[in-house]
Amino acid sequence: MPTALEIVSPERLLLSREVDMVVVPGSEGDIGVLPGHAPMIVLLRGGLIRIFEGAKETSRMFVAGGFAEITTTRCTVLASEVSPLAEISKSAAERRINEAEAAYAAVDKADVAARDATLDHLQSARAMREVAEAP
Amino acid sequence: MANLKALRIRIDSVKSTQKITSAMKLVSASKLRRAQIRAEAARPYAERMERMLATLAASAAGNPAAPPLLVGNGREATHLIVAVTADRGLAGAFNASIGRAARTLARRLEAEGKQVKLAAIGRKGRDFLRRDFGDRIIFDVSFAGRKQVEFADAEAIAQRLITLMQSGAFDVCTLVYNRFVSVISQVPTEARLIPAPVAAAPAAEASGARAIYEFEPEEEGLLARLLPQNLAVQIYKALVESAAGEQGARMTAMDNATRNAGDMIKRLTLDYNRSRQANITRELIEIISGAEAV
Repeated sequence: MPTALEIVSPERLLLSREVDMVVVPGSEGDIGVLPGHAPMIVLLRGGLIRIFEGAKETSRMFVAGGFAEITTTRCTVLASEVSPLAEISKSAAERRINEAEAAYAAVDKADVAARDATLDHLQSARAMREVAEAP
Repeated sequence: MANLKALRIRIDSVKSTQKITSAMKLVSASKLRRAQIRAEAARPYAERMERMLATLAASAAGNPAAPPLLVGNGREATHLIVAVTADRGLAGAFNASIGRAARTLARRLEAEGKQVKLAAIGRKGRDFLRRDFGDRIIFDVSFAGRKQVEFADAEAIAQRLITLMQSGAFDVCTLVYNRFVSVISQVPTEARLIPAPVAAAPAAEASGARAIYEFEPEEEGLLARLLPQNLAVQIYKALVESAAGEQGARMTAMDNATRNAGDMIKRLTLDYNRSRQANITRELIEIISGAEAV
């Protein structure tokens, strides 16, 4: 029985279909979701979502962060921002890195929550560049 | 003839009113399309977030260490009602129905012996509620002069609610907004924000609501990120639904106004023509009887 995968961002429902396996970028490492996976809620870092049908990888998307809810039958990705690989450009990623670096430099390092938030943005922007550079 | 002149002025003034209402209708119709797309696009995310939160709240029930944003702080003494309205009027019963819904809810809670505080998002709601609950409005937000609300606005409101909650200003928070059903129908809806509503629907049960989740990273850290995000998402949904509803309500109201103006012009024109004809007839009679007398 395949897993029902849904990828949504606040702006749109990007994808909703049955897949055999999906790999999501968890904050503490990538997580492969197969049918029957233990129920989990995962914080996502910036990175690639990879979708497998059969033994083949059929599509890849960039997610900037968010959450994933995994149950035995479905996987719902609540992304803060998500786009198909083709829509990612290196120049946009560079711009974002510059903004994130500026924000990190400006943030009050004593405020742990704010510091972590800007760090996450920076990591996400760097992941975006990495993805854009990859062939 | 004084009477004729008065009628003519009247007809002209109704005509210019009609021009304004029909222009407003067209403006709302074009804004509506954009607002409607935004509202519909925001739904899937908010719904899935809600579903996840409902299961979380169900599994966290009875856990004393669960964060107050999820399960409340154990008290129900002070209620905060957040009313979402438009900043502008001329939209039929759109703003008044939210005002009334918020007032009814407030009265009911007061009758139950609870303390009630209010917050108004939108200028019209603030003006409406100020009459009855002037001293109990703890904050109000207005987007007057802005083209559209952004997610960041919702985040700012969410942050404000969290700060208020932490300072103990309220125990339970309910959002009252117009849900966009269709162009001609907006339904005043109450949605509880804090604590998160617990999954009770059998549908959620069947899809594995009983499952206890594992968390990565650990529960506390994840919920600290997830709960504020959820709050912002639910507020954002209410804001965009309300924005779409406002345009729909205004379009319907202005359509009715245009039609009424048309009816009125027809009636006035008939009156005008009748009295014009009556005048002519009377003058003729005067001339003829004058000629006969000679």
